[in-house]
Amino acid sequence: MSISVGVLSIQGDVQENILSAKAALDELGIDGNISDVRTPEEISQLDGIIIPGGESTTIGQLSLVNGSLKVLKEKIQNGMPVLGICAGMIMLSNTASDRIVGKTDQPLLNIFDIKLERNSFGRQRESFETDISLEPINIPKFKGVFIRAPSVTEVGSGVEVLGKFNERIVAIKKDNVIGTAFHPELTEDISLHKYFINLVNSFKN
Amino acid sequence: MLPLSGERLDAKGIVSRKVNSIDTLHGSSTVKRGFAHMLKNGVVMDVTTVEQAQIAEEAGAVSVMVLDKLPSEVRKAGGVARTASIRIIEEIMDSVTIPVMAKCRIGHVNEALVLQETDVDMIDESEVLTPADELRHIWKWDFTTPVVNGARSLAEALRRIEEGASMIRTKGEPGTGNVAEAIKHIKKVNDELRTIKSIYDSGDNQDLVRMAREFKVSYDIVEQTAKLGRLPVVNFAAGGIATPADAAYLMSLGCDGIFVGSGIFNSDDAKERARAIVLATTFWNESDKVKEAQKMIDERQSMIGLDVNTLEVRMQDRGGTA
Repeated sequence: MSISVGVLSIQGDVQENILSAKAALDELGIDGNISDVRTPEEISQLDGIIIPGGESTTIGQLSLVNGSLKVLKEKIQNGMPVLGICAGMIMLSNTASDRIVGKTDQPLLNIFDIKLERNSFGRQRESFETDISLEPINIPKFKGVFIRAPSVTEVGSGVEVLGKFNERIVAIKKDNVIGTAFHPELTEDISLHKYFINLVNSFKN
Repeated sequence: MLPLSGERLDAKGIVSRKVNSIDTLHGSSTVKRGFAHMLKNGVVMDVTTVEQAQIAEEAGAVSVMVLDKLPSEVRKAGGVARTASIRIIEEIMDSVTIPVMAKCRIGHVNEALVLQETDVDMIDESEVLTPADELRHIWKWDFTTPVVNGARSLAEALRRIEEGASMIRTKGEPGTGNVAEAIKHIKKVNDELRTIKSIYDSGDNQDLVRMAREFKVSYDIVEQTAKLGRLPVVNFAAGGIATPADAAYLMSLGCDGIFVGSGIFNSDDAKERARAIVLATTFWNESDKVKEAQKMIDERQSMIGLDVNTLEVRMQDRGGTA
């Protein structure tokens, strides 16, 4: 059956994720469509969703206001695959703390049982690119683009570590939910998007 | 995808490091332009104090821009406007989790270096401050911190990108509460983009190089932009935005996001207005939501606008010929 994948279009790097996901769909030859979604109605129709990078405080507040946060949470709890990138991974966590400001009071989806540090590598001047490895999902080499990125300091039950940079956890997975601290949509490499599309396809079919 | 490469390999802003024998690259175009990507569909708010910065963050701003005075106050005060106090910038950086930007004067390399050392997340080489060099802008490729510039036309925008700008915004006319100039500038950029795109589509290279010479930029950047049909970096609206409807209109004209200067903290309903402008920017294409946002503010509390035809200082002309 044809799959329907959405990119949460509240704020942030929406268009680039649509393009990467479309390229992944084409290359895999899977029947489906990729669209930007914002309303609870649009989200309720999906088989999978990407929560893109942006500002997690902004995305959280605004998805709370229009009711999409609630629907999103229900769908994820019912098994819908999610790829949360940077701010998206923060949204999926149960607690977030800023490196400087400390614990933040922001709307979260409470899916991953983890300890997460926002702006973990420092401010924008410390943002970087580097090669990382995601061995558990058979992506031995991937260019990680880290923009004011978070990192995971501790994982709780059921959360698998997919990749690390300098001993810090930067990619995680729990069932159908993936979180990355880096931005796959800012590279030409679509292997992570392909992995996600395959996940959505096997969930649906 | 917007081209994130187009790197100058001699750029001093690109820094290679080793972290426990792992190679990392800082200040590349991917990392600098990528930062601007994370602001898309968001609102950046001008602030002068910690309290204002916190109001902005709570309202859902994606970033704050620290100034010594709001543009409208700069206009009233006259004299020379310079970058904000470093101590205030640092206090704001320590009190909000969203990115913090600050302005430096056009062409003032060392003011920008000071801001880079302060670790602000983005530098705005801005016409709101008094230009330090009317003829030369900063060579932004030498900065690891990304820089945003204002532009009134496609030619200005492409000149700034060739100097290494990671993001563009319209100039508008700052501190007026009058959105007319920002509208004029984005419409002009859009119109010129349509022109070069149609030349590119027709395959007339002879005419494309004519445009490059008219714009005073390289053929390569004109060709790349024409092929894309949009600016190769993130493009925001700025200058004179005062209401939710102003923000929604500029988003509908294809802007990637909004800068609000004096419009919020010079109004008498700053908190509600900050929130309302964020809502209208996010939901710009849902007219019922824009109406709800507009209803949150009171026109009697709006800043008193200025007619751009009677201004003593036209900030948008600063650095415009360079």
